[in-house]
Amino acid sequence: MSFGATASSLAVFFLGFMNHGADQKDFLPTASWKNLRLRAELLARTRAFFHERAFLEVETPLLSADVVVDRNIDPLAVILPHDPRKPAEGRTLWLQTSPEFAMKRLMAAGGEAIYQITRAFRGGESGQQHNPEFTIVEWYRRGDTMENGIQLTSDLCEALLNLGPAERVSYAEAFEAHAGIDPHRATAAQLADLARARGISISDTLAAGDRDTWLNLLLAELVQPHLGARRPTLLYYYPGSQAALARVQGDPPLAERFELFVRGVELANGYHELLDAEVLRQRNRQANDDRAGEGKQRLPEESRLLVAMDSGLPACSGTALGFDRLVMLAAGAGSLAEVVAFPIDRA
Amino acid sequence: MASYNTSDFKRGLKVQIDGDPYLMVECSFVKPGKGNALYKCKMRNLIRNTMLDRTYKGGDSLEAADVTEIAAQFLYRQQDMFVFMDNENYEQFELTKEQCDEAWKYIKEGMVCSMVLFNNKPISVSPPNHVVLQIEYCEPSMRGNTATNLTKPVKLETGAEVICPAFVEIGDLIKVDTRTGEYLERAKA
Repeated sequence: MSFGATASSLAVFFLGFMNHGADQKDFLPTASWKNLRLRAELLARTRAFFHERAFLEVETPLLSADVVVDRNIDPLAVILPHDPRKPAEGRTLWLQTSPEFAMKRLMAAGGEAIYQITRAFRGGESGQQHNPEFTIVEWYRRGDTMENGIQLTSDLCEALLNLGPAERVSYAEAFEAHAGIDPHRATAAQLADLARARGISISDTLAAGDRDTWLNLLLAELVQPHLGARRPTLLYYYPGSQAALARVQGDPPLAERFELFVRGVELANGYHELLDAEVLRQRNRQANDDRAGEGKQRLPEESRLLVAMDSGLPACSGTALGFDRLVMLAAGAGSLAEVVAFPIDRA
Repeated sequence: MASYNTSDFKRGLKVQIDGDPYLMVECSFVKPGKGNALYKCKMRNLIRNTMLDRTYKGGDSLEAADVTEIAAQFLYRQQDMFVFMDNENYEQFELTKEQCDEAWKYIKEGMVCSMVLFNNKPISVSPPNHVVLQIEYCEPSMRGNTATNLTKPVKLETGAEVICPAFVEIGDLIKVDTRTGEYLERAKA
């Protein structure tokens, strides 16, 4: 073929391509190569951090029969067809919302210090700081208390973001400082009054929410924007009603749960892990009742994690960190799309 | 009437709240900790032009507003009523001076404007970004003075007052930016 012929057929190709309908540029990544190189470098530094501390890198399945039962986390279901001609019929598996269950099973099986960097999926979470598929760094170490877990999270943050050690602020102190209220003792009505007094306008369904819904709203509106403003902040001792898979102690009940915030962005969530299978069964039941009350699907309550806890999970602390958000902060970017090659709209 | 669920919320959506039409100008998805999903929205009231900040819970919905934009020709003014015609179906609409907001200053008969309808009733009208209008009155310019740094107010045929360079004269046609109310240049007849 002559050069001229090639050129004209190329022109035809491009015309056809432009007529494709959707934005013809959407094959391109949303992240710059500069940010993708930074991402690769942070991945390598994360692995080095854990390697230096003798953590074992592990891999566990993304697809599982078990799923976290959480009022506010909506897992994505995948059908494993028995017959390829009937793809909609078969066994339901779940894309993990975090590798927590599988990693705790490894801990119950003799794991000492393990970490992994993997993908997690959460339905309905799309925005500047959310993508339904995201990269998660998660780690567990046997014998760690909440204090050890907080220290390790602060060390990792310091190693990756160079913003110095994190300051520690309890959930109650943060609410006292930025909202002027005791989050563990205030009633739903008092929290609602505070929201009104601060001029927070909300929908009727939100206004009809329970205590945790109000706390969640006030955290988002009044407290979180200040967290990690000057230096990274580790918020700890969440309300017992928001324990998820953390231990709860004391009166008022406090969850041994902590979160890392940098410049108002929630970066990591950790627990001094709940060991009692019966307590988790009760929480699963409660979470499913709450889900059903909001018209959401009930999720399977029994799991191999519960069996592992029955057989004995060693005392440990575990933390999960949103890696995409970490890269976003390191890059000084304002959205995940700037550090993820192909976010959900281009996936 | 159709409605939008929080998962449909995005910039540009036209919704109805307490009977008024709003344009969603910003919507951010927030989900703190293990908490419920929140949608923080900023919306502009299309009638009053005021802003509304409101936070919604995942699963909430808002009624869609029947808001459309049409090309409407300005026919005539009768005291404080401005009469327009839909160029497609010749339907006529009347707007008060208040509803015309700043637009009344720049429209003259025959001009095609952009009109926003809510439930088929006009709520606002915008003139073209650039319009050419005639100077009805201004102080005479000083002989020989063509410097552009000297300005003077002029009154246009539509009643608007615009600041112009001192060299323009009564009867001149000038081009005005209707978004800023600024003089752009002299136009040829």
